[in-house]
Amino acid sequence: MTTPAATAFDLRRLARLLGLVVLLGTGVFWAAKGAHTGWSQNRVPHRQVDEITGIEYVTYEDRFVPGLEVLAAGLGLAAGLFAISFFFNRNQPAPTQ
Amino acid sequence: MKRHLLLGLALATSLTAAPLSFDFKDPKGVNAIQFHLDSVLEPISGTASGVTGTVAFDPANPAATTGRIIVATKSLVVSNATMTEHLQSPMWLDAAANPEIVFELTSLTNVSTSGTTTSATASGRFSLKGVTKEISVPVKLTHLAGAYGKRLNKPELGGDLLVIRGEFTINRGDYGIQPGKNEDKVNPEIRLTLAIVGGAPKA
Repeated sequence: MTTPAATAFDLRRLARLLGLVVLLGTGVFWAAKGAHTGWSQNRVPHRQVDEITGIEYVTYEDRFVPGLEVLAAGLGLAAGLFAISFFFNRNQPAPTQ
Repeated sequence: MKRHLLLGLALATSLTAAPLSFDFKDPKGVNAIQFHLDSVLEPISGTASGVTGTVAFDPANPAATTGRIIVATKSLVVSNATMTEHLQSPMWLDAAANPEIVFELTSLTNVSTSGTTTSATASGRFSLKGVTKEISVPVKLTHLAGAYGKRLNKPELGGDLLVIRGEFTINRGDYGIQPGKNEDKVNPEIRLTLAIVGGAPKA
């Protein structure tokens, strides 16, 4: 049977572990999708040149590229989980009979 | 006598030849106005591809060029879908109430032609979000004789192309677009880059 102190300790560890997973997951996702240092994109522009006229024009590819706000949101969520972990007190007193 | 009359008539016709009418609804869909605004984190860049209109251009008299270029407001897009929604919303361009952005070319000045390219200052009325202002912008017009059919892989069609290039800056506040607001986040100046082609199929 687990004691309340042990449960709190597990929750504390779980919150921190979740925070780490969120932090690493967001970072890896952002880097794998192109490490775009601007805002997120829902369509990616590609420049092309019309042969006869020499006009440079833009076509769009429908693809999601996460931007810095996604990275910031991941960092914020991870920080939030880490902060929450402190609410689970390691030294909780044993319940009285 | 009759021969001289016909010759005179032909000469008079050639001297008063009507300018060619170029249609800017491009069948290949490359026509677009690109816009750029400096902003927090990165510049906001986008395109407006819904270009239509006609320009009357006489290769023998480029100074007489007139025309009207229309851009569908709903065709303005940026890479971020949320920003595109904001751009179309009543707070910014109000695309529902102002479906067209129009430039009406009334005159060309400072005209100089070199080969197929004419450089000039285009003056006219620019209408955006219900506000119309007289503006003058530097433009380059390139007349590509006989290139219309070639571009569509149908050389038998003949016809000419007219490429118009230009770049100019407007102040969004002048056109009622968030005047004086969010200037620390989005620059009040909008840089517009124009590169469009019009076709005049052989009659």
